[in-house]
Amino acid sequence: MIRDFKYLAPKTLKEALTLLDKYGEDCKVIGGGQSLLILMKQGLVAPEYLISIKGISELDYIESDAKEGLRIGALTTHRAIEKSPVIQNGFRVLAEMETRLASIQTRNWGTIGGNLCHGDPAGDPAPILMVLGATLKMAGLNGERAMPVEDFFLDYFETALEPGELFTGIQVPVPPPHTGSAYTKFNVIESDLATVGVAVSITLDASGGVCRDVRIALGAAAPTPIRARQAEEVLKGKKITDELLGEAGQIASTEAEPVSDIYASEEYRRELVKILVKRVGKEALAGAMQA
Amino acid sequence: MKEGLTLTVNGQPYELYIKPKTLLVEVLRDHLGLTGAKRGCNSSSCGACTVILNGMAVKSCSVLALQADGGEVLTVEGLAVGNKLHPLQEAFLDHGAFQCGFCTAGMLMSSKALLDENPDPTREQIKEGIDGNICRCTGYNSIIRALTDVVNGEYKEAK
Repeated sequence: MIRDFKYLAPKTLKEALTLLDKYGEDCKVIGGGQSLLILMKQGLVAPEYLISIKGISELDYIESDAKEGLRIGALTTHRAIEKSPVIQNGFRVLAEMETRLASIQTRNWGTIGGNLCHGDPAGDPAPILMVLGATLKMAGLNGERAMPVEDFFLDYFETALEPGELFTGIQVPVPPPHTGSAYTKFNVIESDLATVGVAVSITLDASGGVCRDVRIALGAAAPTPIRARQAEEVLKGKKITDELLGEAGQIASTEAEPVSDIYASEEYRRELVKILVKRVGKEALAGAMQA
Repeated sequence: MKEGLTLTVNGQPYELYIKPKTLLVEVLRDHLGLTGAKRGCNSSSCGACTVILNGMAVKSCSVLALQADGGEVLTVEGLAVGNKLHPLQEAFLDHGAFQCGFCTAGMLMSSKALLDENPDPTREQIKEGIDGNICRCTGYNSIIRALTDVVNGEYKEAK
C-alpha cells in the first residue's frame, strides 16, 4: 500500500532544487517512477513529499556533436534513447542496450536518470556507460558537479548524490577511432533484470593489431556495477585472441562479488561472468576492427 | 489533501479530484468504472494493466495518475466504435486469441500501440511488441496469428 504524500510538480530545475533544499529528508524525487513506485507499493519508501520532476522539459534532451560527444538529459525516456536516430547512428550500443531493458511500456515512461539514481547493480545502462567513459552530471543550489560512472555508485541502491542534489544528465565522449563496444546480459525471461550483465569496450591501435585500451564492466556481479580491471590488464597492449579473451573472462569471474539468490547461485554468476566477458569481448573486438 | 486531475479517456474529458498516491489504473478502474485494464501483478511485470497514454503503451499500475494530468488515455473500452469492433478485437475472436481473458485488454492495447507505430511488423517485431504482456493460457501463438492476419490486411474494411 502506498502511503499518502503531498505532491509537488516543479516545472524547472531551479524550482526542483529549491524544493529539495526546503524539504530535505522529508522528500523523495520521482521521474517516471518505474523503479520507485515498486518500492513505494511495498512500503519501503514513504516520503512526506513526493517531488515529480517528469515535467522539467529542460532535462529531456538528446544532443550530439563531434566535439562534446553525446549528451542525454536525465529525464530522457529509455524509449527515446532506443529510437533516437542520433544515438542509433553514433552510439548504437546504447540503443541496443535499451532494447534489452524491461519492456516497451516501462521504457515509454521510465527515465535514464531514474534508472541510474535507483542504483541497482543489475541495471543495464550503468555497465555500458562505464565502458564508454561517460560522465554523470548533477546539480544543487550551490552549483554543478560531475563524475565518472565508476564514482557514482557507492553500494546497493546507494549513489553519490548528496541531499539537495538532482541528477541532471550524461555526457558520453566520442569514441576514439578503432573502438568497438558491446553489452549483453543473461536473464531467464526477456524483460527481466540481468542475472549478470557484461559490457566491453575495446580500442585497437591504428594497425588494428594491438589493443590500445579496453574497459570491462560487470552488472549484477557485485554491490555496484564494477570495472573488472585485472581482466582488462590481461588484454591491454596485446593482440587479442580467443584464448586471451577466455583468460580475461576467468580473471573477471574472480573479481566479481556476486550474490546467490533465487535467480542464480554465486558460482553460476561467476560462470556467467567468465563466459559473457569472452563473448561480449569478441563482439566488441569485431566492432573495433570495423570502426 | 486531494489534487485536481484532468484527463481525456477514450475521447471523453474528465475532471477528477484524487489523492496524490492514486495510480492511473485506479483512476480508470475505481473512479471511472473502466475495468478493462486489470491489476494482474501490481509490480509492472505482467502488462495486464496496459493502456495507451499520450500515444504510448504504459503499464497503468506503474503510472502515478497526477503525472498523466492533461493527457489522453485510450483503454480497451475505447477500441470499438459503437457496436463495431476494432479489427484487432475481430481477429482475436476469430483466432481464439484469449481463454480466460485476463491478459486480453492489455494485450490488445500493446498490439494497438505496436501497429500504430509500425503498421507492417515482421513476426519477430510482433513478438517484441507484445513481450511486455504475459499470457498464462494461450501460449501466445493464437495471439501472434491474430496480429499477423491484421498486419496482412485480412481485416481491412471493404470501402
